[in-house]
Amino acid sequence: MFETLSDRLQNAFARLRSKGKLTEDDVKEAMREIRRALLEADVHHAVAKEFTERIREKAVGQEILQSLSAGQQVVKIVHEELITLMGSDQAKIARAPKPPTVVMMVGLQGAGKTTAAAKLARHLQKKEFRRPMLVAADIYRPAAIDQLKILGQQIEVPVYAPGADIAPQKIVEQAMKEAINGSYDYLIIDTAGRLHIDDTLMDELMQMKSICSPHEILLVIDAMTGQDAITVAEHFHSKLEVTGIIMTKLDGDTRGGAALTVRHVTGCPVKFVGTGEKTDALEPFYPDRMASRILGMGDVLSLIEKAQETIDEKQAKELEAKFLKNEFTLEDFLSQLQQVRKMGPLEQVLGMLPGMGKLKQLQQANVDESQINKVEAIILSMSKAERQKPELVTKSSSRRVRIAKGSGTQVKDVNQLLRQFEDMRKMMKHLTGLTKGGKKGIAGLNALGGLGPKGGMPFGQKGKRRR
Amino acid sequence: MLGIFDKLKAGLTKTRQAFTERVATILRRRKIDEDVYEELEETLLAADVGFETTQFLLDHMQKEARRNKLETADQLVPVLQSAINVILGEDPEPLQFVKDGLTVILFVGVNGVGKTTTIGKMASKWRHEGKKVVIAAGDTFRAAAIEQLVVWGERAGVEVIRQSTGSDAAAVIFDAISAAKARGADLLLCDTAGRLQNKVHLMAELEKVYRVIDREIPGAPHEVFLVLDATTGQNAIVQAKMFHEIARVTGIVLTKLDGTAKGGVVIGVKKALDIPVKWIGFGEGIEDLEPFSSTMFAKALFEGFQTMEKED
Repeated sequence: MFETLSDRLQNAFARLRSKGKLTEDDVKEAMREIRRALLEADVHHAVAKEFTERIREKAVGQEILQSLSAGQQVVKIVHEELITLMGSDQAKIARAPKPPTVVMMVGLQGAGKTTAAAKLARHLQKKEFRRPMLVAADIYRPAAIDQLKILGQQIEVPVYAPGADIAPQKIVEQAMKEAINGSYDYLIIDTAGRLHIDDTLMDELMQMKSICSPHEILLVIDAMTGQDAITVAEHFHSKLEVTGIIMTKLDGDTRGGAALTVRHVTGCPVKFVGTGEKTDALEPFYPDRMASRILGMGDVLSLIEKAQETIDEKQAKELEAKFLKNEFTLEDFLSQLQQVRKMGPLEQVLGMLPGMGKLKQLQQANVDESQINKVEAIILSMSKAERQKPELVTKSSSRRVRIAKGSGTQVKDVNQLLRQFEDMRKMMKHLTGLTKGGKKGIAGLNALGGLGPKGGMPFGQKGKRRR
Repeated sequence: MLGIFDKLKAGLTKTRQAFTERVATILRRRKIDEDVYEELEETLLAADVGFETTQFLLDHMQKEARRNKLETADQLVPVLQSAINVILGEDPEPLQFVKDGLTVILFVGVNGVGKTTTIGKMASKWRHEGKKVVIAAGDTFRAAAIEQLVVWGERAGVEVIRQSTGSDAAAVIFDAISAAKARGADLLLCDTAGRLQNKVHLMAELEKVYRVIDREIPGAPHEVFLVLDATTGQNAIVQAKMFHEIARVTGIVLTKLDGTAKGGVVIGVKKALDIPVKWIGFGEGIEDLEPFSSTMFAKALFEGFQTMEKED
């Protein structure tokens, strides 16, 4: 439903090819597209306005030599500016000189505070080797305390939960003593979800704050939040002086423009993002990835990293060599398929690819896991020679019949696979041309090549990058 | 009964009283110019109406303004409101009961939108209207989701059919249908786990739940309510689309309208997918649920416009 900003700008600049130079008017049109992209991503309209103004100033001064890359150039400026605005580094969670470090989780109902609290506790325990304790201070929502207790059990982190009959202020006070007695070094307080305009409950939070003097107050925000993120953030921040943000539900397909809004309003960094319902689905925040996402350019860097985690480097190099020599066989295809599947549910992997939102048919065709099982079965029913030389199968109908029988598919499925594989090989040719600095290739990929700090394709990446 | 919009207005009264008169005069005196259009655009955008729908509404408004030779700003808002009302259409029957036998409602939506709370409120509402209501605890995934629903069942005085966490959601719903039939219930409210619409396996699970209901009672579920958080931005359109594909959504429950979000994205949802809003939720109290009124909704969208004028 959303065209990517990159596509739109390419279109907007496409007719400039003959002119070769950008006028004020052209930039104006680009700014319209940028504003539109930001609004579609749910960035607050006032923030979007201010942002495009900044971009306009930067873009007009820029000399654009080749109109072909004008769109890309503007996207690049936008992208970089977004990264700057969202903070160029990852913020760490505070650590008090004298334990316990007290962390308060606050936010609206349904933002995901309880889950985020448990994830944070697990993160501190498993990744930073701390001794956290969770505090169940949401006495209002039915079974919220039970939920935290169950999560605590799952991650083996103690939960201080004196019950729903005790005032949250009292719970916090007691939890502080408990933490000192039990020599816990982190105290993570789960508070009840509340409306930012609910004065009574906001006062309650302020009282809790003054009792436990937290080192971190983390505002938990649903990544799908729309324009209201600005009001929510303003209210929570003005009452409590928030120190950081946790964005939840980023495993959805939302563009997450609220991240920019919230950052803009509070000046606080996004410290973590929630990417799933399991307790280990908490990740650091990467401003560059978020920028790509807001612009609808896909989470290419996450994909690259994921690919690096799962794909054997030596194999990747061999594969790269094969790409270049155009010796890619069905066997390679099979092993690649299996590796991609190791990266996680396919739809999640595909969701990270730019332009997937637009290619609906492609997305649906690919996401169908049973289709992939079929492909796997077909290739596995081939002999080694056939996998190396698909032409053997193409030429012989008896081979095709045998393979179809062996894999429990139809001959037409076998034919289809062979055709698709041939198409893919052709595409590989294009791609390898691209990495050698060719200018043709696929427009979207071309743009991306210029955008990432290093760019390039996932499987061609060398070395593990960490930031 | 004090409606949500009355409540909203009550809340806004303090801010508004001081300005209302001034605003009215300003609007009346104000000639239509670029600034007025821009402010209206911002009002719509701020309400999450979304870029495309906002442009559509503004284009329409400008045409109307030219055609009817409108001159002052106060004439524009009614034009917009009626355009919104046209998109939203006539308010539908908020809940269609089957003539006799069991009416089944399936509640779907992403995580944290208020499905369980809405079911609690709805159970209470229909029980008070004299219906026999049963709830199915179909969220077998989230920790303590069942416990939460059971508390709501107690509050509403309604039986909750459940199994343990981790069991098959379709099996729970199957059981609940048998139980509801056996007890001669009028209404079965089926909770489901929150799921993000891009999770293929979870959507497949939902499809299975839907199939099971349809198999047990042909034609059921009679209503599928997509619960939508009013705070949600443009992603709501994708949500509606995906859930509609899987589970033929018949109406939206727009929740959390007691906050400052206006939920304007439902206009885009109706325009793109023709799914109407049927209910609104506006608090954690058991009575904070009401049928939707498009007129009131369109009015509430522009509350912000008027308060904004005060800064002039």
